[in-house]
Order: sequence, then structure tokens, then C-alpha cells
Amino acid sequence: MSYTLIGKHEKDSRANRDGYVSAMLELMEQDKSIVHIDCDLMGCINTGKLLKAFPEQTFNAGIAEQNAMGVAAGMAATGLKAFIHSFGCFASRRAFDQAFLSAGYSQLPVHVIGSDPGVTAAFNGATHMPFEDCALYMTVPNAIVIDSCDYAQTYALTKQLAKQPGLSYMRLIRKGFTTVYADGSEFEIGKGVTLRDGTDVTIVASGILVDEALKAEEQLAAKGISARVIDMHTWKPLDEELILKAACETGAIVTAENHQVSCGLGSAVANVLTEKCLVPQERIGIQNQFGQVGPQDFLMEQYHLLAADIVAAAEKAIARKH
Amino acid sequence: MDKKQKMQQLRVFAAEIRLETLKVIASRGFGHVGGSMSMADAMAVLYGEIMNVDPKNPRWEDRDWFVLSKGHGGPVMYATLGLKGYYPMERAYTLNQPGTDFPSHTDRMKTIGVDLTTGSLGQGMSEAVGAALGNKTQGRNNHVFVAVGDGECDEGQIWEAAQFAAHYKLDNLICLVDDNKRQLDGAVADVMGHGKGIGAKFDAFGWNVINIEDGNDVEQIYDAIQAAYQVKGQPTCLILNTTKGKGATFAEPSGAHSSQPTQEQWDEAIAASEAALAAIRAQK
Ligand SMILES: Cc1ncc(C[n+]2csc(CCOP(=O)(O)OP(=O)(O)O)c2C)c(N)n1
Repeated sequence: MSYTLIGKHEKDSRANRDGYVSAMLELMEQDKSIVHIDCDLMGCINTGKLLKAFPEQTFNAGIAEQNAMGVAAGMAATGLKAFIHSFGCFASRRAFDQAFLSAGYSQLPVHVIGSDPGVTAAFNGATHMPFEDCALYMTVPNAIVIDSCDYAQTYALTKQLAKQPGLSYMRLIRKGFTTVYADGSEFEIGKGVTLRDGTDVTIVASGILVDEALKAEEQLAAKGISARVIDMHTWKPLDEELILKAACETGAIVTAENHQVSCGLGSAVANVLTEKCLVPQERIGIQNQFGQVGPQDFLMEQYHLLAADIVAAAEKAIARKH
Repeated sequence: MDKKQKMQQLRVFAAEIRLETLKVIASRGFGHVGGSMSMADAMAVLYGEIMNVDPKNPRWEDRDWFVLSKGHGGPVMYATLGLKGYYPMERAYTLNQPGTDFPSHTDRMKTIGVDLTTGSLGQGMSEAVGAALGNKTQGRNNHVFVAVGDGECDEGQIWEAAQFAAHYKLDNLICLVDDNKRQLDGAVADVMGHGKGIGAKFDAFGWNVINIEDGNDVEQIYDAIQAAYQVKGQPTCLILNTTKGKGATFAEPSGAHSSQPTQEQWDEAIAASEAALAAIRAQK
């Protein structure tokens, strides 16, 4: 694992979906057993490029996610490695029984890509705004669950997923958000990345919250508080070792996610802490609410997903230390 | 009023719906123009003549129901309901703004006059079937109309709902297929074909099927619904051969699914739509 942090809070000039597509173009070239199945949403994540370059390895299942998931599992059973895409809401909720049994239980290499996670669904509104997609996939024994944050990470993790033997789910931010990493950065599934070292509190974040966590660290530093920042791109299997180390060394944890806190990164971290090292934890994320329509920045404010919210949570967690 | 006058009124209403739909979407600058515009004439017939509704009492028990299962067509519904007086039209111009009651996809908890929530394709069809069964069981003499997309007919749920509706002989249910030949990734025939056709499928599922040659012609739609009313013991499916983006200068030629035209293109489209309305009004 070698990465270069940029973290200047600058908008990524490239869309994350292109990280996925670039990785897939290379993978499909090298390995003819890699296929991509889409559900009438190629236009949204540019997988038309895959269809053009590798028509024998790319399929459009139409607006029929349950069937597409089953088809992906069937193809995987014949020796192929199947990537399948729909919006996160439909890739999880709509096709979940098929993902669970046909792919997960059957131990087949099916890699589900769910685009527009959480508030990034913005103008598509409540019906298209999954705050529970990861939760569903985390219930599948041995499944891998990833919340990627930018172009470079999406690219690198897509490459890693192709090597995985079972079911995985990766969230894909469709557009360009902020650049966290430089191109060529590498990541290991199941291994968190410590982006800033610190001693008073640890912020564990993923996806669009990574950049907010970095901003929060700067704001905390200005107040004389030293915060550690971890990018926990993989929610399952969770990097317990890194969490326990952070808990022991900093004594307080803040988790930050674009997802329901009751069944996502926050709860997964809490599971580890209650069993192995009880320290105060505060959770930034969706608090038992449905999605709604609006611009992403408005939604981040509405659901309290901003750096200022992380700062407040960090101060609260620190105050709760014995 | 004779039928000729009625049809003239519906043509005017359809043109008004088109213009308002464009203005509603233009207020944000981008959105699902294509699938909204193809539905304008059906909306005019339903809300202008066919449906028994009361804008002042939107949840009146004996009303006719309408479910836009292809929920991304929200703007055409907002334009229709606004023109019908469910709410002041300007409110729909808050489309997709923070805190709005007019989201991209139709939502019963948000917009006055929206009967059921849609957006996840396929779901509205089952909801409409349930509403038809629920109304029937309670002895109501009303109808439930549901609009589905031809792409949406890829969903297995459409066909699960279809078999249920035929099994329970829901003759108070009328499904309108907006057969505009396009879905998100392109032509329906290229993305996911429908074998012998969507109409043939509904027929095989036990429905009464009526093919409407021009699904953007209010009179043909009106006549088909009158014919559907005569059929007992079976739900009816109307196949509306429509044009995606109909009447939107920047969307009709390409049949685009969603559009984000320039301000100039918006101005041009709205001017053309205003001119079309004036021309229809002048026909008398
Ligand atoms: C279950 C589900 N899958 C995918 C989508 C994303 N989506 C929205 S509209 C659309 C295409 C719809 O095509 P069609 O039904 O033909 O509608 P129309 O052409 O009339 O707009 C897709 C794939 C969705 N809303 N719901």
C-alpha cells in the first residue's frame, strides 16, 4: 500500500466513474473473463465506453436489476468475474435477495457497483438516495463492502476487486468530488489509511466524508486539539487492528459516514469498541432519516455531514473521556 | 358541449401542459424533459375530461386515481395538477430546490394530488394494482389509471403486477404504456427488446389491449379510454405510440432521456411552445 495524499479540498477535475471505467478498460483488456453488466444506466457512468471497446464482455440488462443480479451470478458460476452496476439504491434494496443467495451464499465472484451513494444522489431525491445500501451488504457473510472517495481510490480499488473470489459491493460517487489522493495511489481492501496522525481523538471516515474529516483536523488543530484521521474505505472486513490502536492511543473516536449511523461504519466501529476497547465514540452520519431532494451541499448541511459537525463531535467525544 | 369542442379543449390543455412542463424544468435548468413531454396529451385527456377528481378535496374517497409509475416524469404531473388548480402553479417552480414539495420523482407525502409514491421503476404498477383492488373491495365505482414507460416494462415487477390484475379481474384498472421507443441508454429495441411487443405480452397475461396509433393525439386516447370502460372482467392496457420529448425543440429530435440545454435553447423551446399553444387556441 503506497499512496500520496493531496487533500487540498480541491474539486476533482475527473469524475469518479471514470476511475471505475479506466480500471475496467485495463482489466477487460488483460483478462477476458471480466465482464460488466449494466441496468440501463450506462449513460450515467460512462460504461458505454466498455461496451464500445469490449462488446463481448459488456451487457445491458435493461431496467431489470433483480434479473441482472441473478444473471451476473450465473455468469460467475461459469468462470467469469462479473461486475454489475446500478444506482446504489437499486443495486442494494432492489436486487438484494438475488445478491444474497445467488451470489453471496453461492460464493461467486460478483462485484456490485452502486452509484450515487447517499446525498450524492442530490437532484434524484429521496427515492434514489441510499443511506442503507452498505448496511444490506454488510449482513452478507464474507461480503466486501467499500465506500470509495475519489478518482484515484476508485481506480485502485476496482483493480483489487477483480481479484476477489466472492461477493463485493462498492459505492461509486458518479461525479468529481474532491481530490484526496494522487494518481497511482494504491490501497489494500480491508486496510484503513491513516492520513493524519494525532493524539487527542481519531476521526474515522470514508467516501465524501474523508475530505470533511481532513478539514475538521485542520480546524481542530487551530483549537489546539490533535486529531488523527483515518480513511476507512473498507467497511467490511473492517480494519479492527487500526481502530483498536487508535482507540488505545487517542482515547476517543468520531466516525463520519454518508449513510445511516445505526447500521454502517459508525455501528461497525462501535461493535469493535464495545467488545475490545471501550472509549467514547460520536457518530456523524444519517440519524434515522429518509433522503430528500436538493443540491448536495444543502443536503450535507441538512444531515450534518460537514467539517464543523465533525469538529463538534470530536470535542464532545474528548469531553466524555474519563 | 359536443365532442369536437371537447377535443379542441383537450388539445389546448395539452399544449398548456407542455408549456408549463418546460417552464417547470427550466426553473432548474435540467431534468427529465423527454419522458415528461411524451405524456402531456395523455395527462390532458385524463385530467381534462376522464378523471373524476376534486382539486379542492384531493384525497376524496371516490375520486379516480392516477399513478405515474414512471415517476421521473414528475414535472408533467406538476404542470397538470397546477393548471387544474390543485395548487398555485408557481409552487411547482421550486422543483428540486431545498425543502421543495416538488421533487424529481412523484411523492405522495410531498405533492398535493399525487396518489402514490414512485421513482423506483416498476413499483407504481403494483401500487396501482393494489389501489384498484382496494377500491373494488370497498365497493367504490372509481377507476385507477397508471402510466408506465416502455423501458420500465423491462422490470419483472410490471409482469407480476399484470398477472395479479388479470387474475383478480380488475376492470377498474387502466394501464397506459408510454411507448416512446426509448429508455435511458437509447432505443428500447437496442437496450432490451420486448419480443412480440409490450401489447402482445399484456394480451398473453389476460388483459384487454388497445393499440393507440398516435399516443400524442388526444382524441385517439379519449376514444380508447371510452372503449376500455365497456370491457368488464379484465383490466385494460393502452399502448400509446408516443414521441419522447414531443414539443421540446432541443429534446424531440434526439429523444434524449434527460436534458440540460443552454439558456438560449430553453428560450427557443419555450417560445416555440408558446407559439404552438397560440396556434392551437386559434383553431377554435
Ligand atoms: C428500479 C429503477 N431502475 C433504474 C432507474 C433509473 N431510471 C430512471 S428513468 C430510466 C429509464 C426509463 O425509461 P422508460 O421507462 O422508457 O421511460 P421514458 O422513456 O418514458 O422516460 C431509468 C433506467 C429507476 N428509476 N428505477
